[in-house]
Amino acid sequence: MIEIRNVSKTYANGTKGLHHINLTIDRGEFVAIVGLSGAGKSTLLRSMNRLHDITEGEIVIGGQSITSAKGKELRRIRRDIGMIFQSFNLVKRSSVLRNVLAGRVGYHSTLRTLLGRFPKPDMDLAFQALDRVGIVQKAYARADELSGGQQQRVAIARVLAQEAKIILADEPVASLDPLTTKQVMDDLKRINAESDITTIVNLHSIDLARQYATRIIGMRAGEIVFDGPVSDATDERFTEIYGRPFGKDGILEETAV
Amino acid sequence: MKMELDTAPFEQPVQPPLLRPKPPGKLKHYLTAAFLLLLVWGSSLQTDATFKELVEGLPNMLDLLREMFPPRWSYLDNIWQAMLETIRMALIGTTLGAFLAVPVALLCAGNLIKSRWITYPVRFLLNLVRTIPDLLLAAFFVAILGLGPLPGIFALSVFSLGLIAKLTYEALEAIDPGPLEAMTAVGANLAQLIVYGVVPQIRAHFASFTLYTFEINIRAAAVLGLVGAGGIGHYYEVTLGFFEYDKTCMIIIFTLVVVLVIDYLSTKLREKWI
Amino acid sequence: MSKSWNDVIPQPKKSRLRLLIYALLAVVYIWAFAGIPFSGIKETAGQVTKAIFTGLFSPDWDFVYLPGGEDLLRGLLDTLAISILGTVISALICIPFAFWAAANMSRTVFASGSGKTLLSLIRVFPEIVMALLFIKAVGPGSFAGVLALGLHSVGMLGKLFSEEVEQIDTGPTEALIAAGATRLQMVRFAVLPQVLPGFLSYILYRFEINLRSATILGVIGAGGIGTPLIFALSSRNWDRVGIILLGIIVMITVVDFISGSLRKKLV
Repeated sequence: MIEIRNVSKTYANGTKGLHHINLTIDRGEFVAIVGLSGAGKSTLLRSMNRLHDITEGEIVIGGQSITSAKGKELRRIRRDIGMIFQSFNLVKRSSVLRNVLAGRVGYHSTLRTLLGRFPKPDMDLAFQALDRVGIVQKAYARADELSGGQQQRVAIARVLAQEAKIILADEPVASLDPLTTKQVMDDLKRINAESDITTIVNLHSIDLARQYATRIIGMRAGEIVFDGPVSDATDERFTEIYGRPFGKDGILEETAV
Repeated sequence: MKMELDTAPFEQPVQPPLLRPKPPGKLKHYLTAAFLLLLVWGSSLQTDATFKELVEGLPNMLDLLREMFPPRWSYLDNIWQAMLETIRMALIGTTLGAFLAVPVALLCAGNLIKSRWITYPVRFLLNLVRTIPDLLLAAFFVAILGLGPLPGIFALSVFSLGLIAKLTYEALEAIDPGPLEAMTAVGANLAQLIVYGVVPQIRAHFASFTLYTFEINIRAAAVLGLVGAGGIGHYYEVTLGFFEYDKTCMIIIFTLVVVLVIDYLSTKLREKWI
Repeated sequence: MSKSWNDVIPQPKKSRLRLLIYALLAVVYIWAFAGIPFSGIKETAGQVTKAIFTGLFSPDWDFVYLPGGEDLLRGLLDTLAISILGTVISALICIPFAFWAAANMSRTVFASGSGKTLLSLIRVFPEIVMALLFIKAVGPGSFAGVLALGLHSVGMLGKLFSEEVEQIDTGPTEALIAAGATRLQMVRFAVLPQVLPGFLSYILYRFEINLRSATILGVIGAGGIGTPLIFALSSRNWDRVGIILLGIIVMITVVDFISGSLRKKLV
């Protein structure tokens, strides 16, 4: 359902962000992308919904090329892709409900959304989404009154309200404590299983990746250096690939130079 | 073990001759000071400003003050309507200016409009408009529209547009880009991005800027009448022309009270909102 | 089986106070608009606007420099001089006021409170009116303008200065007192170095504002470019108005630019 064909990204100053990436991800998979900071995980993820542009190659989502899409077509493809950010990216001063409803703007005409009046089915969808992540009671609270974990779940609810077929999560738990991390990852896993939504998560913890994903992709310096099922992702294999030792948490560490 | 005490006399270490760092050059300071003095002296020449004149003028000023007090309280009856007109002018002028400032500020914001061909010219025009003082604008509009409060309203609208747009676009460029990114990812177009990502973040600031501009406009509106643009300003000419300084004093006091009251209310409102 | 979400999650009621404020605002606006005579824009308005624009775009270049005097350059120079002198005077005067009004420099709240109130009063007093009064005192001309600007600026500069003083780090002041310094010495060595860059920045900022005000002072006879401007306006000499406006815009833009760069260096 997501095909990444020979994708490269070279920045204006010559540095290579991505280097000849070839990847196919099928519907319903739960993929974890791991790698050191700067390996290109974020760039790869954001190229999938074209928040970053690529310089070479093509990305096809559900049969449609997002690389050559423009204007309305591009927005329509994006509508089907939900994104979750490390810093949640909620509008702090708006209510939780309004943040979730913001996921629906791609479904209505501009005029309607400008007035902020959403039809009942949309409102029901928003409430259901909040219920699914267990924070429907906070619907009218201001987003910045919530804890980090709760805010991330609002972000997930927004993605659900979007009725997205793909979820891209860019380090969704990096700012959260271990308990909340488990809650959010559990939510993502559950939604992936219940609704068959393709989920791709950037993580810097191999343990988390092994716990939740069905498939792991390892990246290094803009290239894919490992792509396989969780069972193949042993410690020895990773040390071999990355040439670096692991810390006790299974977090990929840099050795001090 | 025998501990031997070193009983040799303490000798001063041999030092090279004292090397102090060179003090930073004072030449720049002296030149700046000299330049400033030159400016001040030149300016006083140009404006015929001398201490002598000030001292000579002092008794005149005291005379003036004596004639101004006590203020002619009864004059209030004549001018309270003009004061209402002043407040109206400031209110409408600020509101109109605020409305117009919204699109202008959006066009100036570099993080919303990526094309420099749009943001730079609009900012340039905005700065241009802002260099013209409000009394001048009022004089212009009086020439076009005739006497009365209407030119005052237009002048204040233009002035408000300039001030609010500038403050707003600077605030726009400082908003959190996260929600904007999220809206792009969701598939929103520019208008939706602005309504859902920008507006909630900028609302409170915009209201604060508008109130602040209103405070300034009340002061301005009080004097626009000097060029015929309505409000209480006209009465300065009248009373000064007839040497009725106690009435002038009344105008001043009345204006002061109104300004202080509005300042107070406005500050309270702003505190609540921000 | 339609579950109404509103039963599960009740919508918060809109605050009563908010509705009241909106209603009040509506009333105020209706009153405001009702009181303004929007009737009869002069029929000549369109003509005049056209004339102004033609005048603005074909300015009277001869007016820039006339050998006799009374030309654009002299007027602008006058305006510049008025604002320089006015700003310098106010900067000097307001330093003691700033310390008077600063809460951390006075022993009692009453002392600094009275200083603040005085500054507020000066600030609220319209400078045009000050200029009018000074004209009555020292006669029309630039000097009255200088005095008006100088006195009025004390209000805003004094407030900004005093806020700057209130924000200083108390460490150095304590150190100096502990070393046995007098109050004046403490101010000189601990306070002044901390506040000087801020002071200078505010002075430049005030200078920019004063320059704009100075252009207007001439309108009421206090010197500067305002006098020939109002004269040209009243006599409908649009070419001259155009060149004067051009001159004002150029001068203010240049000064703003220089002042802005200096201020950036100070901060």
